[in-house]
Amino acid sequence: MNFIEARKLVHEYIRRDEEGNVEGIDTALDGVDLDIKQGEFIAVLGHNGSGKSTLAKHLNVLLQSSGGTLWVDGKDTTDEANVWDIRKNAGMVFQNPDNQIIASVVEEDVAFGPENIGIPTDEIWKRVENSLKSVGMIQYREHSPNKLSGGQKQRVAIAGVMAMEPKCIVLDEPTAMLDPNGRKEVLDAVEKLNKEKGVTVILITHYMEEVIRADRVYVMDKGKVVMQGTPRSIFSQVDILKSYRLDVPQITLLAHELRKSGMDIPEGILTRQELVDALCRLY
Amino acid sequence: MSIILDKVNYVYSEKTAYEVHALKDINLKIEDGEFIGIIGHTGSGKSTLIQHLNGLVKATSGGIYYNGRDIYDEDFNMKELRGKVGLVFQYPEHQLFETTIFADVCFGPLNQGLSKKEAELQAFTALRSVGLPEEYWYQSPFELSGGQKRRVAIAGVLAMKPEVLVLDEPTAGLDPQGRDEILDQVAKMHKELGMTIILVSHSMEDVAKYVDRLIVMNHGSVMFDGTPKEVFHHYQELEAVGLAAPQVTYLMHELRKKGIPVDGEATTIEEAKASILKCFQNRENRS
Repeated sequence: MNFIEARKLVHEYIRRDEEGNVEGIDTALDGVDLDIKQGEFIAVLGHNGSGKSTLAKHLNVLLQSSGGTLWVDGKDTTDEANVWDIRKNAGMVFQNPDNQIIASVVEEDVAFGPENIGIPTDEIWKRVENSLKSVGMIQYREHSPNKLSGGQKQRVAIAGVMAMEPKCIVLDEPTAMLDPNGRKEVLDAVEKLNKEKGVTVILITHYMEEVIRADRVYVMDKGKVVMQGTPRSIFSQVDILKSYRLDVPQITLLAHELRKSGMDIPEGILTRQELVDALCRLY
Repeated sequence: MSIILDKVNYVYSEKTAYEVHALKDINLKIEDGEFIGIIGHTGSGKSTLIQHLNGLVKATSGGIYYNGRDIYDEDFNMKELRGKVGLVFQYPEHQLFETTIFADVCFGPLNQGLSKKEAELQAFTALRSVGLPEEYWYQSPFELSGGQKRRVAIAGVLAMKPEVLVLDEPTAGLDPQGRDEILDQVAKMHKELGMTIILVSHSMEDVAKYVDRLIVMNHGSVMFDGTPKEVFHHYQELEAVGLAAPQVTYLMHELRKKGIPVDGEATTIEEAKASILKCFQNRENRS
C-alpha cells in the first residue's frame, strides 16, 4: 500500500444562515485520488480556492471527509482511533510563521511537539538538537523567535514538526510571506529532509520555481486533480496550465515563447542551464 | 505635487536594549504620477518607510513634506493626509469586517465625513476600478476567494480617493493569475487615473515588469534608486544582500559568457525574447 492513498475523496463545506438552515454547499474536494509513496517529494499546484489547503488538512485529519476514503501510513482517517497516530506521522507547516511559534525561546518551541506526545526529556533534547541542525538553525537555539527573519522562523516551525519525527511533512504555502533569500533557505531545508532523511514531502505552493525540485506534481482545479506528472511533463503544457490560472517558471515561459517564434527548442525546459545549453547548440 | 523625505531617521524602542535603527538618513523625492517599486530583504526597513508616508509612524528625526508642506507642522491636517496617501497593508483582507462588500468599501469615505450618497458613489467607482463583478457587491466579503477579498480591500482604500496608493506586498499568497490581475489593475489605475503608485514587493520579476523606478532598501538605507534596468545591473551586489535579479537577467548574462552577444540588461521575458531572436537573426543574415 502507498503511504498516502485517497480514493474519490470528497469534502463539502456547508454554509448555513443564522437559523442554521443550509444556504449552500461548496464542494472543495470532488473525488480526489492520490497515490503517494513513502519518500516522495510531491508538489501541489492550483489557484486560490481550488481545494489545495482543504486537501492538506485532510492529510493529518484536521478535517474529516464527507465521502470517499483516505489512508495515511496504512491507517484509515475515518477511524477516530487512528487520528492521533496519523497526526504524529503527518506534520503540518502553515503559511504564516508568526501563527505557529508559541514559545519565547527557539529550542523550547521546537520541544513543544515532542513533549506533547510524551517523549522522555533526554530524548526530547536529542531531537531538538537534531532537528534544529537539519534546518540549519542550531546556532539560534537560545534566541528569541521574535527577532528572527521570516525564513528563519519558518525553519524553526519546520524543526518543530521534525522533532516529532513524522514520516511525512505537509507544507501549505510555507514561503508565501518570505523574501527570495528566505524562500531559498526554507526550500533547501525541505529538500535536505527529503533527500537525507527520506521524509515524504507534500509542498503546496504558488511559486512555480519551487515545483521544479519535486518528483511529481498534482495540479488541482475546482476540487479535482486535473493534471499529474513530473515537473517537466506538467510544465510542457504551458497553455493548459494557464487555463487553470497557473503559470510556468519564467525560464520555461521564455523557452516556450522562443519556440513559438520558430526556434528549435524542446518543450518543458525547467532551468537556466537547460535553456543556455539549448541556445548554445543552435548558435 | 510630491513627497519629499529629508534625512528621515527612525529608531524603534529608543534607549532600550532592543533599540533598532530602522531608517537611516533617508532622502527621497517621490514625484506626482510615478510608479515606484521598493524591494529589500525582510527587516530592511521597507514597511517602516511606507508607514512614514502617511504619518502612521513619526520620524525620530528629519522632515517629510507633502506637496511642499511639512507634515509634522502643528496645523497640518494628518487625517486629510491619510485620505490622500492610501496604504494597503499586507494581507489587507484580514481587515474586512462589514456584512456586505459594498458597506465595507463605503466605510472609508463615510469616516472621512462624506454624505452617504457621496460615499456610495465613491465606493461604486472604486469597486469598478478594481474589476470586481457587480454580482458580488452585496454578498458577504468573507465568502470570496483570496484574490477577490484582496480586491475589495484595495477598493476600500481607493474609495477614499487617494492621490498616492501604497501597496505592501499586494500579491503575497495569491495564485499566479490572481497576482497578474491585481498588478495589471494597479498598472491600469496608474495609467488611467494618473495615480502615484508605490509597490513593495518580494518578486523581482513583478517589479521588473511593472515599475518605472526601483528603490532598494538595505539595513535602513537606500542602496540603489533607479530604473529596474539600472538596479538589476548590480545583480551581484543585490545577491549579497539577500535579493536577486529576475531569472531572465541571469540567463542573459550566462548566454553572454558563452559568447552569444545578447542584451545583458534585459529584465523581462519580452525584452529577453526580442534580444535573443534578434541575435540569432543577425547571425543567420551574416552566414
